[in-house]
Amino acid sequence: MKNILSAPISNIEADIGTEINSPKRYHLLRRKIVSLMALVTLIPLLSLAGLNYYEHQNTMAAEIQAPLRALVGKAKHSFELFLAERTSAVSFIASAYSFDELSDDANLQRIFQVMRREFTGFVDLGLIDVAGNQVSYAGPYDLKGRNYTEQAWFHQVQFKGTYVSDVFLGFRKFPHVVIAVRHTTESGRSWILRATLDTMHFDRIISAMGLEPGSDAFLVNRNGILQTESRRYGKVLDILPFEMPSTSGESNVQSFRDQKGQNNFIASAFIANTDFALVAVKPKPTAFSTWYTVRLDLLFIFVSSVILIFLAVYRVTSLLISRLQESDEQRMGAIHQMEHSQKLSSIGRLAAGVAHEINNPLAIINEKAGLMRDIMNLRPDFPDKDKFGRQIEAILRSVERCRGITHRMLSFAKRMDVKIEVLDVNAVLVETLGFLEREAQYRNVELRRELAHNLPQIPTDHGQIQQVFLNILNNALAAVPDGGQIVVRSWDESEGFIGVSVQDNGCGMSEETAKNMFEPFFTTKKEKGTGLGMSITYGIVKRLGGEIQVKTKLNEGTTMTILLPKRSVEG
Amino acid sequence: MDINEWNILLVDDEVEFVTTLAERLDLRGIAARVAHDGESALKAVADAEPHVMVLDVMMPGMKGIEVLQRVREQHPAVQVVMLTGQGKTRDGIEGMRHGAFAYLTKPLDIEELIRTLSEAVAAGQGTHHA
Repeated sequence: MKNILSAPISNIEADIGTEINSPKRYHLLRRKIVSLMALVTLIPLLSLAGLNYYEHQNTMAAEIQAPLRALVGKAKHSFELFLAERTSAVSFIASAYSFDELSDDANLQRIFQVMRREFTGFVDLGLIDVAGNQVSYAGPYDLKGRNYTEQAWFHQVQFKGTYVSDVFLGFRKFPHVVIAVRHTTESGRSWILRATLDTMHFDRIISAMGLEPGSDAFLVNRNGILQTESRRYGKVLDILPFEMPSTSGESNVQSFRDQKGQNNFIASAFIANTDFALVAVKPKPTAFSTWYTVRLDLLFIFVSSVILIFLAVYRVTSLLISRLQESDEQRMGAIHQMEHSQKLSSIGRLAAGVAHEINNPLAIINEKAGLMRDIMNLRPDFPDKDKFGRQIEAILRSVERCRGITHRMLSFAKRMDVKIEVLDVNAVLVETLGFLEREAQYRNVELRRELAHNLPQIPTDHGQIQQVFLNILNNALAAVPDGGQIVVRSWDESEGFIGVSVQDNGCGMSEETAKNMFEPFFTTKKEKGTGLGMSITYGIVKRLGGEIQVKTKLNEGTTMTILLPKRSVEG
Repeated sequence: MDINEWNILLVDDEVEFVTTLAERLDLRGIAARVAHDGESALKAVADAEPHVMVLDVMMPGMKGIEVLQRVREQHPAVQVVMLTGQGKTRDGIEGMRHGAFAYLTKPLDIEELIRTLSEAVAAGQGTHHA
């Protein structure tokens, strides 16, 4: 259990540690969480269901076994009572009459008639002396004068006093049981009274048990020979087709599988003073029919709970994973932005250093060239004055160009003095658009304004915000073809920000360009630009506490969105 | 005041720059002395007060702002034009706050310098008379 639980958890932890933001990772994570959660919820449910099944089956078995045991116990008592009554009747006759009275055939016949009237089932009655000779006989067979010394039962009765035989078929091919009783007088003379019982009464007792259809009950002796007819296992005196279960005086229930492969409960008990055992067999499937319906309900509940648990686990996990994915993406975005700001600031420092270092030699070049021109101008007779003049002009123009670059580099890097005043951004936008209207008109570019009327005034720096708008609008104007369209919007974004966007339907940017567009010295206008415009724009917006976003698609256009804070930020 | 009567002091650690600039002013009839650090600049001011001092902000040793403060304290008649060699507007404004007359950025435009100098000289004359 511990292994099962700890392995997925450690895997999940390991996965969380990785920075790979791939969809495969989330799939894997989802699968692991689902399987783990399903495992911890289904294992208790499964074990509960299993335990319940086991307990229920035991209870059901006990409930089926108890009536069977009681039935066999009751029927056993009936048999014992039946045999005891008959044995005591024979015993009573043996002791109530003298040997002489019994040895008289007419007397014995009369006694037998009375006995038959009082006790059903007797077939005949005979008196046998100690020597084993049949002295007298009352019954349907002519057995008088027979000698029984060779017979096993004769010795048994001599020894035990009473004897009940196994079932045998008599001369009439009818199952019988012999009851023999020895009587000894005070004078020491002894005789044996022997009666035969018809086993029809056994069948009657068994049918009185009221067995269900499919069930079976019969008598069997120690050697496994059927003493009464069985519904399923044969006729009288057939050998039982299976091993007798262990049997004692008490009725006890076992389960067994018979030769036909059917599962049964079997209850058996020995009948006192005989060699017989009463056996009752009840097949299991019918016994369990109630259990099966109960189990169907349980199975339904179990399966539906499993499905429910699985669905819930899956839903919850999916939600969890998508949240995780979202927060991962946000985190990645934040990291990316932080990296970008950091890169910008270090590039800014580098730019400032470079500009500073270059400015001094530039100043020297400027002065030297200036001096050369001064000297030349002082001398009217200077040879090749025009030629030299052109060279000096070129040097000075180049210096002027360099000066422009270094100053822009420095203005990118420096923390400009911010002059915050409360402004109407719409007014700044309109003013800035004014600078571009002539070019737009000339190129037939539509400059559409969708400015919010209720835009709140915000504290910001007029010059800087104008520079931002100018940079973005200039880029938009450069991107659109003649006859294109630029839409300038402003709106009240949220509690803390207002939004301004500039949308053009120009050439757009590749993903690579969009990624690098705020980097210093990154330019797409090879000849005209320094690549500082957008990085300065970015720096200003950031410094004013705003956000700048770009949405672009190659050949379809670009939308630049700026969010500006409604309240001024410190620093 | 006539341009020939101007007394200018140029202070910059860039020797080539400052001497060339002095030469160019000289060609235009403006007398300009040169100092390469704060100490010698203060000494030059003490020797003979210039009308205008053109002072570089970034110098090794004594910084431009410090030189400016000392000059404003000891020689209030001297007008100081700050030279922000690094193009840092902030330094220039900082200088103005400490009493500088104006600030210029490098590389210099000689015409602009002369214009600023003449304004400074005029301003200096004003304080003299007052």
